[in-house]
Amino acid sequence: MFESKSGIVFVAGIGFFALAFVSNAFVPALMYKNIPEKKVEELITPNLRYQFEDLARRFPESFEKAYGTPPEAPEENEKWWNEQCATALRRGHKIYVGEGCWHCHSQFVRPVSNEEQRFGPVSRSWEYQNELQRPVLFGTRRVGPDLSREGGRRSNDWHAVHFYHPLDLSEGSPMPDYPWFFDGSPDKPNERGLAIMTYVQWLGSWLESYPYYESYVPSPLVKPEAEEEAGQ
Amino acid sequence: MSAASISTGAHAEAHTHHDLVDEKIVRWYFITALIFLGTSMVAGILMAMQLIRHNPLNGIEIFSAGRWRMIHTNAVAYGFLANGFLGCLHWSIPRLTLQPVFNKHLSWLIYGAWQFVVGATAVGILFGEAQALEWGETPVWIDPVAQLGLLLVAINFMTPIARMKGPMYVTLWYFMAAFVWTFLTYAMGNFMPQYYVGGTSAGAVGGLFIHDLVGLFVTPLGWGLMYYFVPIILKKPIWSHGLSLVGFWGLAFFYPLQGIHHFLYTPIPMFLQYGAVVSTIAVELVVTTVVINFFGTLWGNAGVVKTNIPIRFFYTGMIYYFLTCLQCSFQVTLTFQKIIHFSDWVVGHAHMVMFGVFSMWIMGMMIHLFPRMLNRPWASQNLLEWHYWLSTIGVGFMAGDLILLGVFQGWSWAALEPWDASVDFSYPFWVLRVIAGLAMFGGLLAFAQNIRLTMQAAAKEKAVRA
Repeated sequence: MFESKSGIVFVAGIGFFALAFVSNAFVPALMYKNIPEKKVEELITPNLRYQFEDLARRFPESFEKAYGTPPEAPEENEKWWNEQCATALRRGHKIYVGEGCWHCHSQFVRPVSNEEQRFGPVSRSWEYQNELQRPVLFGTRRVGPDLSREGGRRSNDWHAVHFYHPLDLSEGSPMPDYPWFFDGSPDKPNERGLAIMTYVQWLGSWLESYPYYESYVPSPLVKPEAEEEAGQ
Repeated sequence: MSAASISTGAHAEAHTHHDLVDEKIVRWYFITALIFLGTSMVAGILMAMQLIRHNPLNGIEIFSAGRWRMIHTNAVAYGFLANGFLGCLHWSIPRLTLQPVFNKHLSWLIYGAWQFVVGATAVGILFGEAQALEWGETPVWIDPVAQLGLLLVAINFMTPIARMKGPMYVTLWYFMAAFVWTFLTYAMGNFMPQYYVGGTSAGAVGGLFIHDLVGLFVTPLGWGLMYYFVPIILKKPIWSHGLSLVGFWGLAFFYPLQGIHHFLYTPIPMFLQYGAVVSTIAVELVVTTVVINFFGTLWGNAGVVKTNIPIRFFYTGMIYYFLTCLQCSFQVTLTFQKIIHFSDWVVGHAHMVMFGVFSMWIMGMMIHLFPRMLNRPWASQNLLEWHYWLSTIGVGFMAGDLILLGVFQGWSWAALEPWDASVDFSYPFWVLRVIAGLAMFGGLLAFAQNIRLTMQAAAKEKAVRA
């Protein structure tokens, strides 16, 4: 077997591959098969709708150009907002992937290294069972911070300026500029700009304690001086 | 050292080298591979310049550093490594089996199809069509073509192996397994997480894919070729056949079981994570046996590394291989993962293995084969030395720099320092990384110039004779 053609093709080639596939891929797939995978339409929460409507208020011209005007009738109006929001989310996800954002920003919070304090609650399996995690965007490198609890953390204005030229807001940031998300200036995001902002504001919007961040409680980070004073 | 004298090996009574090996396709694969390596390095330097905020092309959509980062990794995997390996396979398989490949026209079809796949991948990525799968960013509409290409590669090369009579040499075990594995790995990684499983389980498949691409496509082809070229150049058999067996079967069993170690501390079940950790440490022991086997082979002839540049490239690669795997058996533990995951440590590790090992091996094989195909020695010994030293020192420096930086980043994050602090202190390390990258690129330029001079001299000689 060890030096024969059939041994190598069937045992090493197919057999061992299959064993690894079963243990490393099929077992987790079975374990999570009862968590239903959500469609984009099911991901739209009031938190996200709030951010999406905020985009419409802040950038009315851009928004109208990208999505048109909402219908008057109340029930149609509600439906229209949800549809446009879903479109923006899908498009935003495609941009996030296509620009390689996920190579510098992870989307999972680990239960170690104080990540829970820095970013928010540890990631759970059900959070990934949706269309926008296909393939999953865990990521493998953090040049910038994790983004899985980014939604609602900063305003849409902040994101617009930051996407346009990150150095204006984050000193020393190595993040590239994305002027092609805008028509010439940060107050004029185009369809892509609105979509990527919707996507970023979606991240973490499904959590109960939304948003988890500074604007609601004082910064969870203890300042080094304060720590020394407390004698820790 | 003419081509004719080399081709009359021990078994060559009935076959001549030129019946078996299509040298033209080997040359084409090599040149194409080097062009893609150059592209990849330019892309890498662009990204590295972005990190130190000196990217001259920042703000231009088509040159966005995020997209070129994906060009960087894909050009290396599919443009350089795959083409380089295919060139070497077109040389070694027919000579080992004494059978030509299945069909020479098919070989050229594969060559063309593969360049189409790589080119289309690049265009797809540049226009924002990437697939969210690390190292598999090939847009979804190219995946089926690539899959078909891999099937044809397997048919073309498995046929001579199947037709061959008698015992099979180690190299062929690795090759046969690699053809099966690469096909299966590509199918699993590119289709499953896209169409069949989502979420966390897709993460497990993605981890297995990145891992298997290195372990079941690049590694077996690389080691198979080492088992072929090292004894030929040293003119002595491999030290221990028993250790060769341990190396191959150990790799085959343990390597595929480790995919999940790329995503430790994710929601993937803990017992699966432990399994991946244990088998990763196990494979380090296997790797040690392989490295011992090769150094046993070199034993008594160590002086050759001074005079023979290909052997020097090969053994430097093996030292880097051992270091990478040793590093891996530490970094895979949950203790190390707490700190180094997500940091530049991993980037350093990846460069050490992809450039320090496999690229060094492929370049060594090119240095060995070009003179045989052009039927004349290298134009400049000096440029070969420059190529070697710039590459070796460059990658060593880059890996050391990034691995050290990774530890600092990890501790800074765990200590809850503001995020910006980790970016600020990374700056000088990132500058050093640019310099190391430029050195490696310089090595490639020296090599390209040497190839150009040698080819020109060969063409001149041909013209004089005619």
